[in-house]
Amino acid sequence: MNMKLQLGSILALGMSVQLASAGDITGTIKLTGSAPAEREISTMDPLCRKLHPDKLPTTRFYMTGAEKGLADVVVYLKGITGKSGGAAAEPVVLDQKNCEYLPYVTAAQTGQTITVKNSDPLMHNVHPVPKNRSAGNKEDNKVQMPKAAPLNFTFPAEELFLTFKCDVHPWMFSYVSVFDHPYFAVTDETGKFKISGVPAGKYTVAVVHRKANAGKEVTKDIEVTDAGAVVDLSLEAK
Amino acid sequence: MNESPTNSPWLSRFAWLTAGLTLILISVGGLVTSKGVGMSVPDWPTTYGYNMFLFPVSQWVGGIFYEHSHRLIGSVVGLFTALLTARIWEREAKGWSRRLVYGFILAALAMMGVRSQVSFIVMAVVALLVGIYAGNRAWEEERPLRWWALVAFCAVIVQGVLGGLRVTAMKDAIGIVHGTIAQLFLVLLCLLALCTGRFWQRLKQVASDHAIPGSLRSLLLLATLLIFAQLLLGASMRHQHAGLAVPDFPLAHGRLYPATDPDSMALYNSRRMDHREPKDIQPFHIHLHMAHRAMALVLVGMIPYAAIRVRRALGSTVPAAGQLATAWIGLIVVQAGLGVVTVLTNKPADIATLHVVVGAVTLVVGVVLTVMAREFSIATTRTVLQSRPRPLAAGAPQPQA
Repeated sequence: MNMKLQLGSILALGMSVQLASAGDITGTIKLTGSAPAEREISTMDPLCRKLHPDKLPTTRFYMTGAEKGLADVVVYLKGITGKSGGAAAEPVVLDQKNCEYLPYVTAAQTGQTITVKNSDPLMHNVHPVPKNRSAGNKEDNKVQMPKAAPLNFTFPAEELFLTFKCDVHPWMFSYVSVFDHPYFAVTDETGKFKISGVPAGKYTVAVVHRKANAGKEVTKDIEVTDAGAVVDLSLEAK
Repeated sequence: MNESPTNSPWLSRFAWLTAGLTLILISVGGLVTSKGVGMSVPDWPTTYGYNMFLFPVSQWVGGIFYEHSHRLIGSVVGLFTALLTARIWEREAKGWSRRLVYGFILAALAMMGVRSQVSFIVMAVVALLVGIYAGNRAWEEERPLRWWALVAFCAVIVQGVLGGLRVTAMKDAIGIVHGTIAQLFLVLLCLLALCTGRFWQRLKQVASDHAIPGSLRSLLLLATLLIFAQLLLGASMRHQHAGLAVPDFPLAHGRLYPATDPDSMALYNSRRMDHREPKDIQPFHIHLHMAHRAMALVLVGMIPYAAIRVRRALGSTVPAAGQLATAWIGLIVVQAGLGVVTVLTNKPADIATLHVVVGAVTLVVGVVLTVMAREFSIATTRTVLQSRPRPLAAGAPQPQA
């Protein structure tokens, strides 16, 4: 009897492990076609120019790495809602450094704190300009003096590429995509990404870039197993 | 608008000075919008928490320089308009109404430095009501100069508060109204300057002996209204903060009229490589832009035609009118050229701002010519009426000392 109970327990444990199994979605997004050259930000004011003594920064529309891996592509699972753990998650950090927002593209969960720092020796204003205002994402505009305390923002609704800007320096932008779940990633400078801990199952994965493929998302149906899943896609510069 | 009982060259000069300052204010406001720095000072009526007149010069950096300068020049224009209004009321009125206007002006000036936004909103509402009343009186009275001056003073108050609310309420629509009132305010100041000067007196003397065709008067009015409509379209385009909706000329996205289906819109937006990263354009922005081009085409034809007719009708009688008409042709040609250059050079801030300024001056010239033409028509009617004996109606308004 005891043996049967132990065996049952072991089987149940095994099944629960099987049910809770998860994998990672990894892959590379590449750029095809020829992207226009990035342009130097020549209108930078003298104080910001001092922070770039050697070379002025450029726009960051098409940032590609080795083998045309495309950075700043947002990769996410479609059709998942109500799974946000944003309230308990670590803040996403944006930094204003050398009169540029870093990172240029990132992502967060709904309700997750987005912390904006000012690492510059000059003032900025932090101005999130959401599009999905009807769902509760609010525009704001706050001063941030040099070495001032970080400013925190949260957004309750999903939105792709929610704009953060500085109007004092009107070339400074950052784009935060907000999801109602934690299954997303942004490609690095080589175009690679990794979405960790995706429960096993069938999904539609979407990739979207602000400019490539005319800003339209590309989707692919995948199945995530214990071994994870691989998504390699290309986006065209049109 | 009729003339003051006695012309005053210095009053007229001061009014022209105020109008000139207003044009500078419009220029700096144009730069603020063109550079996309309108929100660089997030608070109002304070500036980064300071009383705006005490904001340290060392912090006038980046976009703050333009936005803060715009606020300060606006305050100077407000002060000059107050002085102009007070002076006109001093000359043209007395008694309790003058004291009331003085009190209103002083109360408004005392608000400079107040940090409460609510107080300014209340003042703007009062100014709006007073302005409507003054405008109504101006239409009714035979000598309305002082009422128009009061309208101008109320307008500058409302305009200042709208500018502040544009920042704190973060609403683009307020920016469109703000940009439009600026043009009307400039026109009003120029008319005040014109009607207080000697030129206006001489014009009225000449006008009593000459007539111009009614069709020319209508043509001038129509052209001026279309210029104003064009400025409205322009202000709507600029305050969408969506940048250039159509980046090529003479074609538009390679066609006579651009496609506005979702795929085409996505392609247009993806091809924009502007470091100012304006908002994505929507089909509405394309239609607005194309309407602006179509209206420009109409005005490029209509203004020279109207100007040539003015030259023929008035050139020998009132040489200044002929010269103004010639300048009008020059202005519309320059303005059209600036519009094309704005498109072909991806809307640089200085060119786009110059386009706004020349547009404002074109409107002013249109209004001045229209008002002059109206004076001629009235003069003709008067000449006829003066030849008949007419009893003075009981209770008719008497000229004031």
